Parts: sequence; C-alpha cells; structure tokens
Amino acid sequence: MPSRIETVVLHDSATPILGDLQKGGNVILTTAETLINQARANSLWPLTFGLACCAIEMMSTAGARFDLARFGSEAFRATPRQADVMIIAGRVSKKMAPVLRQIYDQMPEPKWVISMGACASSGGVYNNYAIVQGADQIVPVDVYVPGCPPSPDALIYAILKLQEKIKRGKNLKKFSDLRLIETTAREQELVSS
Amino acid sequence: MELLKEVVKPMLAGFGITRRRLAHQRATISYPEERREQYTRTRWRHVLTRYDSGLERCIGCSLCAGACPARCINVEAASNTDEERYSPGERYAARYEINMLRCIFCGYCQEACPTGAIVLRKDFELANYNREHFIFTKEMLLEPMPLNS
Repeated sequence: MPSRIETVVLHDSATPILGDLQKGGNVILTTAETLINQARANSLWPLTFGLACCAIEMMSTAGARFDLARFGSEAFRATPRQADVMIIAGRVSKKMAPVLRQIYDQMPEPKWVISMGACASSGGVYNNYAIVQGADQIVPVDVYVPGCPPSPDALIYAILKLQEKIKRGKNLKKFSDLRLIETTAREQELVSS
Repeated sequence: MELLKEVVKPMLAGFGITRRRLAHQRATISYPEERREQYTRTRWRHVLTRYDSGLERCIGCSLCAGACPARCINVEAASNTDEERYSPGERYAARYEINMLRCIFCGYCQEACPTGAIVLRKDFELANYNREHFIFTKEMLLEPMPLNS
C-alpha cells in the first residue's frame, strides 16, 4: 500500500476530521487540487502594471486580434484585490519598487507574477542607477518573457506557460495548502505547528 | 402602432448592424493553434549559422558584443588548429553566450557581424520559469549541421 493511502486508511479515529485532512489527506486533496487548479488556471485575472512601452503590447494582447479572453484572462483589473496574476510590463525604477511590492502584498493568495519584457526581467539596456535590475529582486516572478517589447503572441505564450505551471500543482500535504481561505502568515504558522 | 415605431423599428435597425458585422472577416488569431504570419523584418531568437560545408561562420571577433547596446553578448575566441577546425578562418568562438533576458532584439549584432554568422530568426516563444534558462550558450544557438555534409 502506498504510504499516502496508508495514512488515510490507518487513521487515528480519535483525531478530528480536519486533523485527518491535515495529517495525510493527500488522496482527497490532490483530487480537489486538480479541479481547483483547473479553475484557477483558466480564470487568471491580470493586474495591469503597465510601467512603460510593454504596456502597449499588453493592451494589444487583450484586444480583438489576439484576444486574451480566450484563456479566461479578459478581466484586466486595476485593483490588486481582484487580481490573480500581476503582469509587470516595463522598467521598474527604484522609486517604483516599494509601490510594486505593496501592490503585490495587497493581492490575495494565490498570486502569480509575469515579468514582461527585457527591462522588467533584467533591467535591459537600462543598466544604471535608476532602474531595478530585474523585478525578481522585489517580488517572486513565475514567468519571464524576453523581448523589447514582447509581441502579444509572446505574452500569450507566457500566460500559457503560467497556466501549465498552475495546473501542474504542488502535491499538497495539508488542507490549508489549498489556500481557499485567506490566512495571515501567523495563522498559517499556527496551523502548521 | 406607436410601439412599433418607437421600439421595434430601432431594435431591428440595431440588429441590422450585428447582422452586417457577421459577414466581416474574423479578426482574432487563435494563437496556439494558428500563427500569424510574422513580418519580413521581425527579429526574435538568435541563431549562429553555418556554411554549407558545416563549418561555423562565427570567427570570434566580438564585433557583435561591441555593437550590443544592452551588453548581453559574451564571446571568447580561440585559435583553430588543423586537427580541430570549427571555422574557415584563423579563429573561432570557443564560448558564445547571449543573455536573452537582457537582449532587446535590436539586430545590431546581425548588422555588425562581418561573416553573417549571427542572425535573428522569427521564433518568439522564449518565455520560461527561471532566469538561468535565459543564458543561451553556443550549443543552443548553433544551427544544426546541414544534412549533406
């Protein structure tokens, strides 16, 4: 018997049900996770973070010719509260860096970041005192898109890559990993301890 | 009668616009299934080309690295010997690396190249998960050997 099934079958009847899930409910959780990940991957609402010329291509991606709505991402949100994926489009100046971080922190979990274009991903030609050399110095980036600017098809390719990553899942161990409920870091600590 | 004039007639006029739009050509390109035709001068992923004999065109002169405004190309040259011959000239590129994340695809390297070794082709699907994957080495950039050699 595989160990993860064993932990479910040979469970201690004294522990509460939620505890069961937390201890070894991978069988249930992985099934739920697949479904939830499908839903999450196919309704990625982007947060517009247009900082420069890449934003023009980002807008064009949402337009009729390339039509990002085909992948469930038509609803570009200007507020972090309703967004799932942040598309950093353009060069991040050092002055913008704290703002970028704050907006990222305000996004609800689960959240992803696409770093669009050479400048956002690495600084590009702006190797100088004013520009952050890569947005991953401020926020964790999931997908990098090279190009100056990346064409709409290149951005759509990146979004498809991100969908692949979300659908692949993380092989969950406990209930709170599903991240269905927004929890603070302190609460997550309590659950995991 | 009033209803017909005030409501139904403008409604039909509105649907008429919809009907006319139906005859128009579809604007959307359903990207992963069908690709749009790239323009002739589109510049994307670099390729290091070879001669028909299979020898590399690159002679390791670093002119591309000098022309690069983003400073994303690194070339280290070495000398050809009669036993190990990579390019027809005296020298060849022992290391050739491009940082694709920094590259702005301006095509200056292609313009600067005296032998036409580096060209920018139209493969735009470069997005990836890790920064490390974007250092394109010579092996990744080199064209495969021509079949007849």
